[in-house]
Formats: sequence, structure tokens, C-alpha cells
Amino acid sequence: MSQADKTGVENSLVLHAKELLSQLETGNSIDAMQTIANLHQQRDQFLFDEVGKLTRSLHSAIQNFAIDAEVGQQDASELSRMGDASDRLNYVIERTEQAANKTMDVVEEIMPLSSAIGDDANSLKEDWGRFMRKDMKPAEFRDLTKKIDNFLTMTADKSAGISGHLTTILLAQDYQDLTGQVIKRVIGLVQEVEDNLVELVKMAGTVDYLTGTQHELPEKEEVDMTAGEGPIINPEKRDDVVSGQDDVDDLLSSLGF
Amino acid sequence: MKILIVDDFSTMRRIIKNLLRDLGFTNTQEADDGSSALPLLKSSDFDFLVTDWNMPGMTGIDLLKAVRADEKLASLPVLMVTAEAKREQIIEAAQAGVNGYVVKPFTAQALKEKIEKIFQRVDA
Repeated sequence: MSQADKTGVENSLVLHAKELLSQLETGNSIDAMQTIANLHQQRDQFLFDEVGKLTRSLHSAIQNFAIDAEVGQQDASELSRMGDASDRLNYVIERTEQAANKTMDVVEEIMPLSSAIGDDANSLKEDWGRFMRKDMKPAEFRDLTKKIDNFLTMTADKSAGISGHLTTILLAQDYQDLTGQVIKRVIGLVQEVEDNLVELVKMAGTVDYLTGTQHELPEKEEVDMTAGEGPIINPEKRDDVVSGQDDVDDLLSSLGF
Repeated sequence: MKILIVDDFSTMRRIIKNLLRDLGFTNTQEADDGSSALPLLKSSDFDFLVTDWNMPGMTGIDLLKAVRADEKLASLPVLMVTAEAKREQIIEAAQAGVNGYVVKPFTAQALKEKIEKIFQRVDA
């Protein structure tokens, strides 16, 4: 209810009250009873109107939420499976986990390739050093040329393999785009729900005003520190958190650990 | 050297496992929270515990306290690797007897330094 409406209600109440007073003073009790009934009816009417508005807003808020969830289904993309915010966020967890595992799979495949190249190069370097120092027999040199030939072929093969793997790692980063889109949708949804809730609270406030209801606000629960808070998203704005490993080390050493 | 890695995210366990392997520690086992880690620690002979703080079920700080309270496990070196970055939490962990504290996101170098420091102290 707007301020104008509220003033309207009050003015009307004052008007009726004055009317009632004058009726009582002049001993017109029949009309006075009628005025009391009017007053009562008016209060009920305003209350019904406000509760009606509240109910409609609640209904449309729920509907908006549901409609938004269905919009996704029109998309042919993978996002269409997302029915609601928690499904969407679970999808983000899944995608990021998949990407992390895919990347680590590939890294684990690359590691032996790169260490094989390194090992062979080190062994060749030794032989090559002996050749440069002219500390090598002709038969050994023939072996060395074969080794070099093998090494060059092997390196070309393995580096092609590594390039392929690196491309796979590169492509695995597409999760950022996909999860970013999903998270943006969820943020939109949360904002919409928040806006609707604020509206509902305003309307509920009007009903409270009309009925004269007062609520006792519960005290804020104290947060259990041992439960943990997860990653700090705004360390630069807080002075109760460390900003990195150096801070942790400083803190611990200042305590004598 | 037998190491138990406790974290509720399998990817983080895998990252730590890989980094430990690079440091030459190949004998690792995993648990996804304190309540699954504690029986493992009690029934086996681990030399080192790496744990996250924030986990469903039993948290890392409670696991640390349980380890320190257990006669057999009391002297087990514990490294906390966690996103929890409040000063009072770090102090709480230190008071509970943690041997090292690494905040996420962390580097391979930071993990290596803390582990080396812990074993220098343990060996000394």
C-alpha cells in the first residue's frame, strides 16, 4: 500500500471517528452503532484488499520463478535440462569437476611423455659430451648416431602427442563459458526472487499496520566458527582474514609456531 | 611414508595426491571427511595427515582435535590445506596442534615448503 493509500485510510478513520463522537454526544446511538459497523467494515475491507494483494504477489512470484525455469527448456543447448536453481548449480559443480578431472587425466598422460624425452636427452647429452671430448670409439659413435636418429623420431612423435594433449586441456576450459552462463541465470533468478520478497515484505508490513500487529525479531544466531566459511570472496574488504600464504606464515610465526 | 589425504572434493584430493607424488611420496590414501578418516587413521599406520577444514560430517579441525586426543595418534604430523582464512581459525588450528597451515588457492612450492618444514621438525 502506498503512502497515499495509507493516508486515505487514516483520513477516513478520523472522519468516521469524529462522526461517531458527535453521534454519541448528541445521543444518536442507532446511527453511532451504524458508524461503528462502518468503521469495522472499512477496516476489514482494507485488510481483505491488502491480504488479497499479498496473496496475488506471492502467487505471481512463485509463477515467475516457475516460468523462468521453463524458459530454459526452450533452449536446445545443454542448459535446457536445468529445471531450477539448485539443479543449475549442481550442473556447475559437475562441469567444473569434469573439467578438472579431464585436465588432470591429460596432465598425467603428458608427464611420462615429457620425462621420457628428458631422460633420453640427458643420456644422449652424456654420450655427446664424450664424443665432443673425442673420448669415443668408432663403434660407439655408430651406436650414438642410431640413438640420435631414434631420439629425433621419438621426440617428434611425443611432441605431437603432447600438442594434442595440450589442445585437450585448452578445450576443457570451455566449462568457464558454460558454467558462467548458468551462474548468471541463477544470479538473475536470485535477484528476481529477492525483489519479489522485498515487495511481499512491504505488503505484509501494510497488513501488520492495519491489524496493529508487532513482531519480535529473533536475535541473530551466532555463527559457529569451527564449521568453516569456505573461500573468502572479498579478502580485501575484511580485516579478520589473511590475504595469502605469507600472511598465514607471519601470523603463525608471530605466535611462536 | 604413508600419507592420508582428507578432502570432500575428489579433484582437490587428486591435485594434492599428484603434488605429493612429484615430491616423492607415492604411498597415499584418501578419505572424504573426518568421520571416514578417523577409523582409517586408527586402524592403519599413517605417517602424515593432510586435511581440509570445511567438510560435511566431521570437519578437519574436529579431526585434528580427535587425532591429538588419541593416545596412539597424538604425535601424527598434520598439515591443514584449506580455504578457511580467518585469523582466529588459523590461531585455533595452531592451538589445536596443527603442524602446518596452507591456504587455498596454494602453489606447489608452498605445499612443498610446509611439508619439508614439518619433517625437518619431526626428524629433529
